[in-house]
Formats: sequence, C-alpha cells, structure tokens
Amino acid sequence: MKASRVISVLRRHLTVYTKLYLSSIALNFAEPVLYLAAFGIGLGAFVQQIDGMPYLNFIAPGIIASSATFGAVYECTYGTYVRMFFQKTFDAILATPVSLYELVAAELIWGALKSAFYGSIIMLVLALFGLLPSALILFAVPVLFLSGLLFASLAMIVAAIVPGIESFNYFYTLFMTPLFLFSGIFFPLTGLPPFVENIALLSPLHHLVTACRALAYGQTGGVFTDVLWITAALVLVIPWPFRLLRKKLIK
Amino acid sequence: MDVVRAHALTRKYGDFFAVNGIDFAITQGECFGFLGPNGAGKTTTMKMISCFLPPSSGDLHVFDMSVCEKPGEIKARLGVMPQEDNLDPDLNVIENLIVYARYFGIGKREAMLRAGELLKFIELSERNHTPIKDLSGGMKRRLMLVRALMNNPEIIMLDEPTTGLDPASRRSVWDRMNELKFNNTTLLLTTHYIEEAERLCDRVAIMDRGRIVAVDTPRTLMITHGGNLEDVYLKLTGRTLEG
Ligand SMILES: Nc1ncnc2c1ncn2[C@@H]1O[C@H](COP(=O)(O)OP(=O)(O)OP(=O)(O)O)[C@@H](O)[C@H]1O
Ligand SMILES: [Mg+2]
Repeated sequence: MKASRVISVLRRHLTVYTKLYLSSIALNFAEPVLYLAAFGIGLGAFVQQIDGMPYLNFIAPGIIASSATFGAVYECTYGTYVRMFFQKTFDAILATPVSLYELVAAELIWGALKSAFYGSIIMLVLALFGLLPSALILFAVPVLFLSGLLFASLAMIVAAIVPGIESFNYFYTLFMTPLFLFSGIFFPLTGLPPFVENIALLSPLHHLVTACRALAYGQTGGVFTDVLWITAALVLVIPWPFRLLRKKLIK
Repeated sequence: MDVVRAHALTRKYGDFFAVNGIDFAITQGECFGFLGPNGAGKTTTMKMISCFLPPSSGDLHVFDMSVCEKPGEIKARLGVMPQEDNLDPDLNVIENLIVYARYFGIGKREAMLRAGELLKFIELSERNHTPIKDLSGGMKRRLMLVRALMNNPEIIMLDEPTTGLDPASRRSVWDRMNELKFNNTTLLLTTHYIEEAERLCDRVAIMDRGRIVAVDTPRTLMITHGGNLEDVYLKLTGRTLEG
C-alpha cells in the first residue's frame, strides 16, 4: 500500500466533488434543518425537556452524527457502485500502478472525509443557532472521521454483495432507517423495552450520538468508551470491503 | 529480448476456459497482434498481461517479472487502451489526462505538457475543456489512446484500437502507431480488421476458442497456408469475421 497512490485517487474524487457537487452543498443543510424544525420546534412544543435539556438541544448532536453517517454511507453505496460498475472508473484506475487495495482504501477514506466534512458543516449551523454550548464539540470531528470509516466500510460491504443498484433499498430500509430511529437521536434508549434497548445499544450510530452529545455539553466521561466501541467495530469490519471487492472484481 | 513471455497460460471463468493453455513470447520493439473471432479470448489475454485479471494457471512474465508478484511495477511501464470506454465521465478531456497521469505519480505541470503534445498528435487539440459526453465515439477512442500514452509506456496494449473509427481517424491512429513503432515501443493489439493486422503487425497470433492456432509473420502465414491473410484466418478458425 503506497500513500501517494491512495492520495492520487482521493484527489480524483476531490476534483470531481469541487467541480460538480460543491455548488449543491446547500442541500446538505436542508435535511437536518427540516428535522430540527419538525422535531425540535414541532414536537418540541409538546416535549419540553429530555434529560434535563431543552428538546432542540437534545436532538442537535444527534443530527450532526446522523448527517455525517449518511454522508459516508451514500458515498460508499451509490457513489462507489456507480464508479465501479456504471462509469468503469475502477477499471480505468486499475490499469495504472494503483492496486485494488489502494483503490478501496481511497474509497473508504473519502467516505470518512465526507462524514467529517458534513458533520462539521452541520455543527457550524447548529452552533450558530446556539445549540452547542461547549467548544469541546470540535473534538467530535476526528470521531466523525473514525465512525465515517466504519460506516463507509459497512456501506462498501453492501456495495460489494448487492446484485444490482436497486438492492440498496433493502439496506436503507432494513438497516439504515432503524439505525437512524433507534440510536438515541430523538429519544433516550432508556424508554425502550429492555430487549429492544439491548439491541439498540449495539448500534454504532448510538455510540456516535452519545459521544457527540457528551462533547456538546462539555462532558468527556463516557466519550472514551464510545470511541473505543467504534474503534473495535471498525477493526472487525474494515478487512471485509477489501476481501469482498477483490472477490467481486477479480473473480 | 522478450518483454512478455507466457507459458501454458490459462484463464477460467467458473468451469469455462476463456484462455486455454497458450504459449507465446513478444520481443521488445515488435508489433504483435491477436486476431480471432468474438469470444476467442483476446481481451482476456490482454487483461492478464495488463495485470488486471490473475491467470488461473500457467506462467506469465512481463519485463521478466511475474504478473502475480509485481503488478504495480509492471503496470507503471504499460499503456493500456481497453476495448470498453472507461473515460471518467465526471471530468473533461484535459482533466481526464491529468488525473490519470497522477495515478502514475506524474505531476500536473508535466502532465499538461505531455497532454498538450499528445492531443496534437491525435488531432484533439481544440477539445481540452469538452466534457466526455460531448465527444463522438471516435474521439473517445482517440482520447483513450492518448490517455494510454501519458506515462510514456514501454509496451502499449491496444484492445481493438480502431473499432468504430471512420476511415480517416483509423488512418490517423495507424500513423500514430507506426510512429510509436518507429520509436521502438512494443505494441500489442487485438483486432478484427485483417488490413490492420497486415499493415501494422510484425507477427500475428490467430486465436480461436481460447487457444492460439497459429503464430507467425503475416507473410509466412500466407505462404504456409496459402491465399491472403483473410483466407488464412478463415481457414484456421473455420468462421466468418464479425465487427
Ligand atoms: N467476466 C466474465 N465472466 C464470464 N465469462 C467471461 C467473462 N469475460 C469473458 N468471458 C468469456 O470468455 C470468453 C472470451 O472472452 P474475451 O472477452 O476474451 O473474447 P474476445 O476474443 O476479446 O472477444 P471479442 O472479439 O468479442 O472482444 C468468451 O466466451 C466470454 O463469454
Ligand atoms: Mg475483446
């Protein structure tokens, strides 16, 4: 694995991104702002406080975590798949000294960078609304990169095994949506039946949300455990995109 | 000196032998052509030489290095023009070349210089900022050739380089290939055009159903088997030409 080659692929993605998508960055604000409006203001009118904080403040860190996560997941499901099969970008790159592993590493890092980048943007917006009291939230950025690597790996595993691009629907409906709803973004998991709560505690997004929430309030106590959990999951998951794509592309 | 050596080279897809135990050697500076009907195994052979597909069995050495052991080192010295268009549709002409050169560790300044020369060489100079989707099929093929030359390769692998080109563009690609030959670059090509093989190739391998049925200079093949190269081809493969 040669860093310079991984970087050459990352620079390709960056070139395309700055050229085609940077102009649409405003769209990335739209979704979280909608959630804030619907849940924070709409629902917040009925739910005044959770865990001793105003409802809007409660959900704000979770919005950072989920936007970042979806950024990585979209990139390494649809984005990767299109590059791999429709645009044949992978074929072109693999005719150069770049190896498959270097290419996969670049995809994952790109997904993680998007996670950190999207998370940071949302962070900025929420901070302007005064929803992030502590500057410690800045430490969430590297955590978003780490969790981004984890989610990018999961997404690429899916991209490697789906028979066609339509099949991503299953992944989003059966995995990402429950993850989004039951990771403690909108309500604390303690309200759930113990059996459901135990499953939800396994959600990597839950650990990211908890870490972001703690940092937003200037607490550092549990953050270490959450980061450790994300790291452990990452170590378990990250070999698989490499193995599966090798199998898929080289046969 | 042989730059490519294959011995009992085999590639299977499942149980199907796409390439079935072929032997050949390609000498530095020659133009070597694979001729054969659809599905003969030409592209599969090219992909193994360009370290894209690992052989199922047999030996394959490029520049005296095994394709299984040193793919990075080998690919750095090859220029590959695949059969399928895989230009980067998100980038324009010049960006395609700069980004591609970067995969070889070539910086932007050098890539711009080289791209400028090559685009002139292939008569695409005015098109630097054209998006890929606005290029005609023939322009895309020519741009793929330029892209394959960005790293100054020692061997150029061309999989059906002139398929889909109008006669004038075909001539212009042939001229370029002759210039490359003149500069002692090794050329490897596959083609369905007998005329192309006859004009350019020092030697041709006629492939059929995963095997090489004959390999020699076009002249010797014609003398041995009688008739022109097309007659030889039809006789040896027992099929008609497509494409
Ligand atoms: N990815 C693949 N999976 C399964 N079979 C394949 C695959 N690629 C090629 N084949 C089969 O291998 C055989 C050789 O294919 P190849 O592409 O090498 O032929 P070719 O000589 O280049 O043909 P053409 O002139 O049509 O380009 C064909 O029968 C083809 O169906
Ligand atoms: Mg072919």
